[in-house]
Amino acid sequence: MSTRSAGSGTGAHEALISGIAQRHAARPGGLLPALHAIQDELGYVPPEAVPTVAEVFNISRAEVHGVISFYHLFRTTAPGRRTLYLCRAEACQAMGARALESHTKERLGIDFHETTADGRISLEPIYCLGNCACSPAVMIDDFVHGRVTPQRLDALLEEG
Amino acid sequence: MTVEAHRVFVPRDTTARSMGADDVAAAIVAEAAGRGESVTVVRNGSRGLYWLEPMIEVEAGGARHAYGPVQSADVAALFDAGFLAGGEHGLGLGPTEEIPWLAKQSRLTFARVGITDPLSLDDYRAQGGYQGLARAVDLSRDEIIGIVTESGLRGRGGAAFPTGIKWRTVLNAEGAQKYVTCNADEGDSGTYADRMVMESDPFVLIEGMTIAGLAVGATIGYIYLRAEYPLAIRIMNEAIGIAEAAGLLGENVMGSGRAFHVEVREAAGAYICGEETSMLESLEGKRGVIRYRPPLPAIKGLFGAPTIVNNVITLASVPIILAEGAEYYRDYGTGRSRGTLTVQLAGNVRRGGLVEIGFGRTLRELLEDFGGGTATGRPIRAVQAGGPLGAYIHPSQFDTPLDYEAFDEIGGMIGHGGLVVFDDTVDMGEQARFAMEFCAIESCGKCTPCRIGAVRGVEVIDRILSGDDESGNLLLLRDLCDTMVAGSLCALGGMAPFPVISVLDHFPEDLRAR
Repeated sequence: MSTRSAGSGTGAHEALISGIAQRHAARPGGLLPALHAIQDELGYVPPEAVPTVAEVFNISRAEVHGVISFYHLFRTTAPGRRTLYLCRAEACQAMGARALESHTKERLGIDFHETTADGRISLEPIYCLGNCACSPAVMIDDFVHGRVTPQRLDALLEEG
Repeated sequence: MTVEAHRVFVPRDTTARSMGADDVAAAIVAEAAGRGESVTVVRNGSRGLYWLEPMIEVEAGGARHAYGPVQSADVAALFDAGFLAGGEHGLGLGPTEEIPWLAKQSRLTFARVGITDPLSLDDYRAQGGYQGLARAVDLSRDEIIGIVTESGLRGRGGAAFPTGIKWRTVLNAEGAQKYVTCNADEGDSGTYADRMVMESDPFVLIEGMTIAGLAVGATIGYIYLRAEYPLAIRIMNEAIGIAEAAGLLGENVMGSGRAFHVEVREAAGAYICGEETSMLESLEGKRGVIRYRPPLPAIKGLFGAPTIVNNVITLASVPIILAEGAEYYRDYGTGRSRGTLTVQLAGNVRRGGLVEIGFGRTLRELLEDFGGGTATGRPIRAVQAGGPLGAYIHPSQFDTPLDYEAFDEIGGMIGHGGLVVFDDTVDMGEQARFAMEFCAIESCGKCTPCRIGAVRGVEVIDRILSGDDESGNLLLLRDLCDTMVAGSLCALGGMAPFPVISVLDHFPEDLRAR
């Protein structure tokens, strides 16, 4: 779940993607680990990864695309500098997650799956961070915060 | 003369950190340096008294004393109060083991959780770790499975299938290669017991998987671990490396001449992959679309080979069963629900956290004696048990004992043991709608009742709430729920209607035109 941002540009990542794919192709069930490794490096799985990975794994492009699009946490566009994952699940709902969600969207001026115009923050829904006794919870990059009020969220967003 | 450093325990578990434990640890180190005190900060796991996190402990007079919830701003005052020697302070909780909330529990699977440094193999061994495996290497496969069967252990992931029977099926299945897979895709809201084990006592899961491997002749184990748990992934991977270096994993496990390897595979945020066949597809590197059953995974599972699929808590319960014997474990519990249940109190609850107790206590005891009612101080209106597919339980049902069969009788389920508490401000119509919305987001798309039904469910509830043919649409919603329950291929579509039906039955006043 890295959020390292990277410059785009078709072909720029070809060698890197191909290298990662080759490292994982021989592992049983290696496609998910390969996609994770690509996302860890680039912050997302760019569209040009699909034909490269398909070729190395000797499977169809449709299969690679199918796997990428099935899983919520693979993204196909570059994320903002930080990613805010907001838990929408029941234990957080019970402690005000719905109000936190509307506050966040209003404050950032974006909806889920979007990135602020200045590229600072991407907002993603998430269904449970396992922090359910100290809800509502959010995760910023890979750090979980508990009992997040709208005020506390504002402070967290100011921090970095 | 050297003075022995005071040991201060500051949990490194996700929830403790989410409440500021890292800052507290840093503040203690800085304050100690400033005062010239010799302090060693141990980053232990969490005891699971989550409403008190960050809860720190000190060793004094032969016992551990707790303070919490501590913020970094409290640290100087704690030093002033002499907390290193167990001194009195407003945040003092007394000797940890005597805190009633903890003392009333039966911590078997969680015996070491919160006590030890999660990555210290010495700690793990000093607290009884690896005694189960030590016994298992001297037993035949048949004997290991016999003990697990006699213990009465049933799958703690939710389905409650007898573990020993599953293992015997794998043992008896033909296959040159067999696998042990651990389902650590703990996606149910209100549950965190798997995360706690992996973050706070990772070796117990490795030991349990190793015993499972010896029992069925599997040499490879995979932990399918959710991406939403980055800290658990890191700790499990480190623990696997430590176990390998110590000869507890690898080609010659504990000198037995038998091999067992464990690898963590990171999931990617699909709730459906907690369904066992979907998890196997995902482990194979595919879309997590569920499989038809039969064949059972025990016969034809990962890569077509006989495969154990067990939840984290199930596997983590195995070492103590082997170490202490089947009867020791079976003596806890009631009826056909033997041993202990790890209840996770979550949501709007005053004292949320991990409660491990024998089966048979009532829901009310959990919510009131342990939970202390709601965090907001308002009355409890509903409790969702067993995750997003579990029924909303009405206060009139709170005397139901925690027992798989008793919950079944009231149309509920214990599932993975999560209890999500809601106060009387909850809008149960919204909760019913969310159950369908969640199913629509997470459906794998294989079967129509789930894929289409969940979308239609949201639409029908929206029509009811907006006053569009309320009575006709209420009837339609019941009918749709019946179709999904009866016609879906797996538990997602088959159980997503349960919370909706429970709202229709017990909170009908909220599912009305407004």
